[in-house]
Order: sequence, then C-alpha cells, then structure tokens
Amino acid sequence: MLKRTHFKASPLPYLLVAPQIFITVAFFIWPASQAVYQSMLLEDPFGLKSEFVWFENYQLLFSDEIYFSTFLRTIVFSSLVAFLSLTVALLLAATADHVVRGTRTYRTLLIWPYAVAPVVAGTIWMFIFDPTLGIVSYMLHGIGYEWNHRLNGNQAMALIVLAATWKQISYNFLFFLAGMQAIPKSLIEAAAIDGAGPVRRFWTIIFPLISPTTFFLMVMNIVYAFFDTFGIVHAVTKGGPAKATEILVYKVYNDGFIGLDLGGSAAQSVILMLIVITLTVIQFRYIERRVEY
Amino acid sequence: MARVLIENITKSYGETEVLHGINTDIQEGEFIVIVGPSGCGKSTLLRMIAGLEEISSGTISIDDRVVNNLEPKDRDIAMVFQNYALYPHMTVFKNMAYGLQLRKFSRKDIKKRVDQAAKLLQLEELLDRKPRQLSGGQRQRVAMGRCIVREPKVFLFDEPLSNLDAKLRVQMRLELRKLHRRLKVTSIYVTHDQVEAMTLGDRLVVINAGYAEQIGTPLDLYEKPATLFVAGFLGSPAMNFIKAQISADGKQARLSDSVQIPLHTGSADCGGKEVTLGIRPEHFSLTEQGHSTLPLTVDHAEFHGADTIIYGRLPGNDELLTARLPHIHHISQDKVLHLTAAPEHIHLFDPASGKRI
Ligand SMILES: Nc1ncnc2c1ncn2[C@@H]1O[C@H](COP(=O)(O)OP(=O)(O)OP(=O)(O)O)[C@@H](O)[C@H]1O
Ligand SMILES: [Mg+2]
Repeated sequence: MLKRTHFKASPLPYLLVAPQIFITVAFFIWPASQAVYQSMLLEDPFGLKSEFVWFENYQLLFSDEIYFSTFLRTIVFSSLVAFLSLTVALLLAATADHVVRGTRTYRTLLIWPYAVAPVVAGTIWMFIFDPTLGIVSYMLHGIGYEWNHRLNGNQAMALIVLAATWKQISYNFLFFLAGMQAIPKSLIEAAAIDGAGPVRRFWTIIFPLISPTTFFLMVMNIVYAFFDTFGIVHAVTKGGPAKATEILVYKVYNDGFIGLDLGGSAAQSVILMLIVITLTVIQFRYIERRVEY
Repeated sequence: MARVLIENITKSYGETEVLHGINTDIQEGEFIVIVGPSGCGKSTLLRMIAGLEEISSGTISIDDRVVNNLEPKDRDIAMVFQNYALYPHMTVFKNMAYGLQLRKFSRKDIKKRVDQAAKLLQLEELLDRKPRQLSGGQRQRVAMGRCIVREPKVFLFDEPLSNLDAKLRVQMRLELRKLHRRLKVTSIYVTHDQVEAMTLGDRLVVINAGYAEQIGTPLDLYEKPATLFVAGFLGSPAMNFIKAQISADGKQARLSDSVQIPLHTGSADCGGKEVTLGIRPEHFSLTEQGHSTLPLTVDHAEFHGADTIIYGRLPGNDELLTARLPHIHHISQDKVLHLTAAPEHIHLFDPASGKRI
C-alpha cells in the first residue's frame, strides 16, 4: 500500500524490461516449448503428418543402447576436456602470476584462442593432424606412430578433446589469473615467512582460496564440453569414424537433420536442456554460499 | 633473541633510490621503532630485513650471520602485517600451527605451543573460528600469536595497529609493551604515528625521505633533536620554529627589533649567526611583561581540559606560534600574552643544513 501511494504507477519499468523479456521469450521460452512439444510427436517418414505420442520418444531413447553409449561417451569427453583445460590453465595462470617481465605479451598470447570460433579451431587442428597433409601426423609417422583419426576412433576422440581443450584454456586462464591476483600479496608473503616454498604456498594457500573459481569453471567447462563443442566435432570428425566421436549435441543434429527423426531428436535436446538447467542450479546454489572468507 | 645489524643499506627501484644508506645496530631484546612520514621508506626497510624485498647494497646480519641472500623462511623472523594477512580459509588454530607444521614439529608440540600462545593472548575461546568471524583486535592478536608460536629470533611489525580504532590502539599498545617485556624478543616496529613510537620504543630510528635522521631513545630525541625534521616530527603539538639572529656575545637571540630572548650560555660560538630557534609549545610559560619576553597576540585557543593550546603571532611575524599553557580557561582574541621559555629548552638549528647547533 505504501508503495502505491508514494510512487505513481508508471509504464516505464515495464518498458525498460520489455526488450529483455522479449529476447528471453523469443529465443528461449518459445523454442524450448516447441522442443518439448515436438519431442512428443511422431512424424511419418515423409513428414506429411504427425501423431501425438506423449512420452514414447523418451521411452525409445532410454531403451536405446546407442543413446546410452553416446551418453557415456559424452561424459568421458567432457570430463577429459574439463579436467585437461582446467589443469593446463591452472598451471599457466600460476606461472603467469610469477612472470614479471613481458606479462602483457604472455597473457595476450594465452587469451587469443578464446577469440577463435569453434569451427575455425576445429579446422586448424584438423589441418595440423591431417593424416596426409598434417605436420604432426607427419612427425608422428617419423617416430613410427601411425596417425589416422579418420579410421581410428580413439585417435579421433583424442583430437576433438585436444581441440576443445585448447579453445577453453584461455577462458579458464583468465578466471584463474584474476582469482589469483585477487589474493592479497601479504598472504603469500606471510606463508613464505612461515616457511612455505612456492609449491607449498600454491597448494596450501592459493589453491584453496581460488576453489570457488575452480568450481565455477568446472561447471562452465562441462556445459561448454556438452554444448559448445558442436562446431569442433562438425569440423573435425562429423561424429565419426563409426560414431566414435558422436557426442550428445552432435547426435541431436545427426538424428534430427540427417536422420530426420525429429521427435527423437527433440526429446534428446529436451534432456540436454534439463542437464544445463540442473548444472546452472547447482552453480547458483553453490555461488550463494561460496563466500568462504 | 638476536642482534640485528644493518649496515649501509640502500634500496633502489630502477633508477630511483628510496633508501640512502641506513645504519643501525639493534641490540638483543631491544624494541626498536622505525618512524617517519608516509612514503619515507619504513616498510621497504622492514621488508628487506624480512627478506621480502631485495637489498640493493649494504648488508643485514642477524646474530653475526649475513642474511642478504637467505630466503625469508631461513632468517628465523616472524612478521605482523598491517592487514594481518591471516589465512582466511584456516581456523585460528591452523593459522598459528601452519608455520610449525611446515617446520615438522610433532602434533603434540604444535598443540602445546599454540595453546600456550592462545593463553597468553586470550585467544583460547577463539581457536576454532575463522578469521572472518573475529573482530579487528582479535585478528591482531591472532597475527601476534602466529609469530609467537614460532619463537623466532626477531619480530617485525609493519603498522600493526593502524587498522584499529583509537581506544583499541591504546590498549593494544599497552599489551604489546607487556608482551615484549615478557618474551624479550628483539622487535622492529614500523609506524608513522609518533605517539606510538615514543611510547613503545626503547630506541627510535627516525627516517625522512630515505635518510635516517636520528637514532636514539625517545627522551634523547625529545630533548636533543638532531635536525629540524626530528624536532618538528616528534611531539604534539609540533615544535615552534622562529627565525632569529644571535647577538655577538651569543647570549641573546634577536627575533625582531623589539623582541629578544636570553639563551643558554653554551651557545657562545655562534655569535652573530642567523639561526632557527625551536621551542616546544609546552615549554612556554606565562610571565609579567618584561624586556625579554615574547608578546604573543592571541589568534585563537583550543581548550583541552587540563591545558589550553593557544595560537598567536609575535609582532612583525606572520607565522602562527603554538603555546600549551595549563590553567587557562577563558581567553579573548587579540589579547597579548607575555611568554618566556627557559634557555635550556630553546633549541638552535642551522637554517641551511637543518642540523642542530
Ligand atoms: N615496487 C615499487 N616500485 C617503485 N617504487 C616503490 C615500490 N615500492 C615502494 N616504492 C617507493 O618507495 C618509497 C618508500 O615506500 P614504503 O612503502 O617503504 O613507504 P612507507 O614509509 O612504508 O610509507 P607508509 O607509511 O605510507 O606505509 C615510496 O616513495 C614508494 O613510492
Ligand atoms: Mg608502509
């Protein structure tokens, strides 16, 4: 009541939030609800008519062994990407924190990959590892290791993990570095006086203090590996050989646009959506409590 | 307990030299205060002793061992930082135990030492808390505790009280003093607060713009400041400086045509010279009008209770002088007060070099 008497109702606030609402509705709520609706339809092979089948598409998915193995593959893929990119970025950030001269150059070099589009990143790595043209496969051949990711599923997986990791390192690096530089220098000095060498200081002081950043990045990296790696997979392996690198997002595309199983593909994308929502909720829950000091 | 010897220490950041040859000999168990205005290089000097800052030239030795190239952890020192630098993710107990764990003490010894320090600093109830759950004064004590448990040769303090409110600062000052009397560990304490310096230090090192102006006991520095800077820096309100000319026989100082004051007989050899007189506000006293008094025209006064600070001008001089007089309650503007100062309380300085004559 108080508010009503003191502030006259004005359309301005509604106007100000309208663009945001519009964007959310047009680009998220509407397509998402379309996906949910679509996931309950069964289309005939010629796309002439469709039938509402409730959860049949989901039932089919969950009893499908191929879907299950794709799921496992995705988990392996994203854990590898998250783990590798976090570890490498942490290592680079820890050294960058020490570098005194040429810091700017060093950092700029490390940040560059982030500006590269996933497809371009994939293409770069594809060229480097191309079985007939690539420099690395040539060198591997030189030491007696045959590289052909077009035939060898494990090698193909290694390649997309490499490309996806490379691209994510800059992002992680930036956050880690910012986190480390937010730690007061006197803490590190106090630890040095207390008798800790650089490695000890890292594990007992710096690492615990940036754990909120690490957790945030872990979730972000898993989300990235689950969803943003479509471009890389598409450019490098197209999910092959023999589905060895087909991860969930790629399967959505493959089943829907190549296999034309629109209902099944929509059901998969709804499941993906639920995973993102869960991860985001966990993320926010934790961030609210993360003020540890 | 240890002796710390600082010889010809300089520090340069690139081209700029910020410390120009500091020499100090700190005795076993002594409490030395390094004092000076902001930016004069106090922290830099302390950090060089700690090993956190490289030494550009000169040597620092602890117990006759040159420590220039030793890592901080090998110097056997402990330091309290201005922001305390407690490890935010560790409990009070762990904060204090950290240094002992790294030095491979047994669990039992660690517990014993931490408990002892906690008792000494009244931290027993707080051992399980994290630093963020402590008040400023408690954090300060934990930072102290972290130093005490290690039983180092030297304590270093970098303005440890400056984040506390005025009352707590006075209380902690007292506790620090008591603690030092008890533990007798050689301590080096940096502050820009002259009251803190005077009350805590066995001896003070006054630093100005990278030079050590004077080293001595608080009393020495108060009674015989070696330079204009030291004279003006220590004591509150600050010492008055007045331009004057010494009479030929050295017995009088002429402030203006009409104002003269008698000097101590010891100042004979500067007859006829231009000097700067230094008189502390508390060394003025009221007297009857006479031919060797200072007629001060009151500008304004501050009533402080026990005494009153009076600001006024001498004839022919535009600078405000300060006098601190007891038992004065009401005083009107433009009234003329006649002041004297005992000759032994009048300091003479060479205006060119700033050195005491
Ligand atoms: N890393 C640095 N690079 C260049 N100059 C520096 C650096 N650190 C300190 N200085 C300079 O050295 C001088 C002394 O600094 P220092 O921190 O010792 O001052 P301080 O006496 O402790 O002052 P405060 O009371 O404000 O803490 C200052 O003029 C400062 O600008
Ligand atoms: Mg300082």
